[in-house]
Amino acid sequence: MDLETLTWIVVGATFALYIGIAIWSRASSTGEFYVAGKGVHPVANGMATAADWMSAASFISMAGLIAFNGYDASVYLMGWTGGYVLLAMLLAPYLRKYGKFTVPEFIGERYYSQTARIVAVICLIVASITYVIGQMKGIGVAFSRFLEVDYNTGLYSGMAIVFIYAVLGGMKGITYTQIAQYVVLIFAYTVPAIFISLHLTGNPVPQLGLGSTVADGTYLLDKLDGVLVELGFAQYTIMKGTTLNMVLLTLSLMIGTAGLPHVIVRFFTVPSVRGARASAGWALFFIAILYTTAPAVGAMSFFNLVNTVQPGEIGAADGNMVYEERPQWFKNWETTGLLAYEDKNGDGRIQYYNEKNAEFAQKAEEEFGWQGNEMVKVDRDIMVLANPEIANLPNWVIALVVAGGLAAALSTAAGLLMAISSAVSHDLLKGVFKPGISEKQELMAARIAMAGAILVAGWLGLHPPGFAAQVVALAFGLAAASLFPALIMGIFNKRLNSTGAITGMLVGLFSTLIYIFWFKGWFFIPGTEMMANNADNWFLGIQPESFGAVGALLNFITAWVVSKVTTPPPDHIQHLVEDIRVPHQRNA
Amino acid sequence: MELSGKMREYWVANLKLLIGCLVVWFIASYLFGIILVEPLNAIQIGGYKLGFWFAQQGSIYTFLVLIFFYAWRMNKLDRQYDVHED
Repeated sequence: MDLETLTWIVVGATFALYIGIAIWSRASSTGEFYVAGKGVHPVANGMATAADWMSAASFISMAGLIAFNGYDASVYLMGWTGGYVLLAMLLAPYLRKYGKFTVPEFIGERYYSQTARIVAVICLIVASITYVIGQMKGIGVAFSRFLEVDYNTGLYSGMAIVFIYAVLGGMKGITYTQIAQYVVLIFAYTVPAIFISLHLTGNPVPQLGLGSTVADGTYLLDKLDGVLVELGFAQYTIMKGTTLNMVLLTLSLMIGTAGLPHVIVRFFTVPSVRGARASAGWALFFIAILYTTAPAVGAMSFFNLVNTVQPGEIGAADGNMVYEERPQWFKNWETTGLLAYEDKNGDGRIQYYNEKNAEFAQKAEEEFGWQGNEMVKVDRDIMVLANPEIANLPNWVIALVVAGGLAAALSTAAGLLMAISSAVSHDLLKGVFKPGISEKQELMAARIAMAGAILVAGWLGLHPPGFAAQVVALAFGLAAASLFPALIMGIFNKRLNSTGAITGMLVGLFSTLIYIFWFKGWFFIPGTEMMANNADNWFLGIQPESFGAVGALLNFITAWVVSKVTTPPPDHIQHLVEDIRVPHQRNA
Repeated sequence: MELSGKMREYWVANLKLLIGCLVVWFIASYLFGIILVEPLNAIQIGGYKLGFWFAQQGSIYTFLVLIFFYAWRMNKLDRQYDVHED
């Protein structure tokens, strides 16, 4: 059977499964729609959280990010996992004890202020919308690349699927489809990884394979370091950035993770405080399976790529691969445009090296006759997408990778849409504008808000703003700088009052926004940046992506100082805080 | 209602455990994975330089152990102070 038919069958089967789950898990109350009736088993919720959290970018792009950045990409590995420690210890159990439906609802009640609630809704919507654009694009791209339908049709199909299970089932439907999506995506990710590890190092466990030896007896990582240096690149395993930026970016990603509402709200769905603690551990367990495999996939596929292009000695006349003899997967990826070759020195062979290293480029030109890097385009997504072909795996594995990428994009999109729609129907409509509506009316409003959110996200996927690639920094920066401090202090500082929390959130929000826009242009419009985005201009050398942690610090300080000089919160709020700190208060 | 002495004790015990866990969290990621990565890279474990291993593998395993350890100790603490759910 040819690959395309097989891909249709696998993708079709997974979609049929998601729809089946949707019909089985319809929501009949607002409790079921917003928090799945608080009846999700902690392990099941952990799995759903993992699918919710791991986006199209985690699945498709992260291994490539690691491949091309080596050690420096560790910030993403640590940043996107370490946040779960903060969630498990600082947020999840207490917010679960609070026991309502949304994150802005907690902020509004804890700070006894509709203004605080609205500020939280704005932060939530900005962070979630920016994030959902990438997922919608991922769905469109997956369809157009593998199933030969155009981007728009692909996007509509994705929207239709999410529409069915999210509008029908709300959080309940989303939870159970996310569990199925996790199984699909983790299987699709680990199978090729096991094969490539086995093939290169003889060890079937990628996490161990990365630390093993290759065919000639040298360690894989040492060999990779050596080859890269010989080609004028920096070593794979050493730091290229600065310690300060690495620390701050890791911290921004960690507290951003812990502050993202679509992740937090997943811990509202378990039955108990005890369950919330355990569930955070299970979530990280399921995430760690992918996140500890990704460094192996990155290093191994990069190693394969370099060795394919440079099978012989560097500088020798026959050291490089002859273009006409390139393997089939190379040809396949050339047709997609993700891989491109240009014979600059006209020798019919492929040279891949760091032409930006002036000293090495000069040596290569004088001694080897190389006229520049000839792999003019190597898209990082190739590291995951081409992996099964490079490892000569059967077609069904390739089909599975497509279904896995779609599962990752759909599950994250649904989680984000859920956070957006409940903020609209529960926080804005029920909470602020029309508190009098009945549960039935609210449930209807929630379904309409969900449908509206899907349409907005779809529209943004069809007309992606030019800044789509930069928004991840924004989403994490905002979550880190605005929501995270307000949540933490709401639990750990009884004395924090509404004036303090609101000024703190606004200071965190705007300092981070302005710092990012200052160097990247107002609303990312090219040409409007106030200063060139380079290390000489950065405040204390801090890159815009790393600023979320600084914004969070400013938020903490402002909130604390303002609270000190204004009146403490009323007694019933202090009692609320005391109450959420204890899982179950017996009559004392 | 002022927090009773026992509840305050429970909260302080929780904070102590929390701080201990966060210290380990910091050491495994920021200290071993970033700040001290170069000196640690002098140590080789199999094919991994130790600092690199912490940054791309060890920190994640540590996080995982930490969360389950915290959950286990908190469940014990809940029972000890009789604040556990059912």
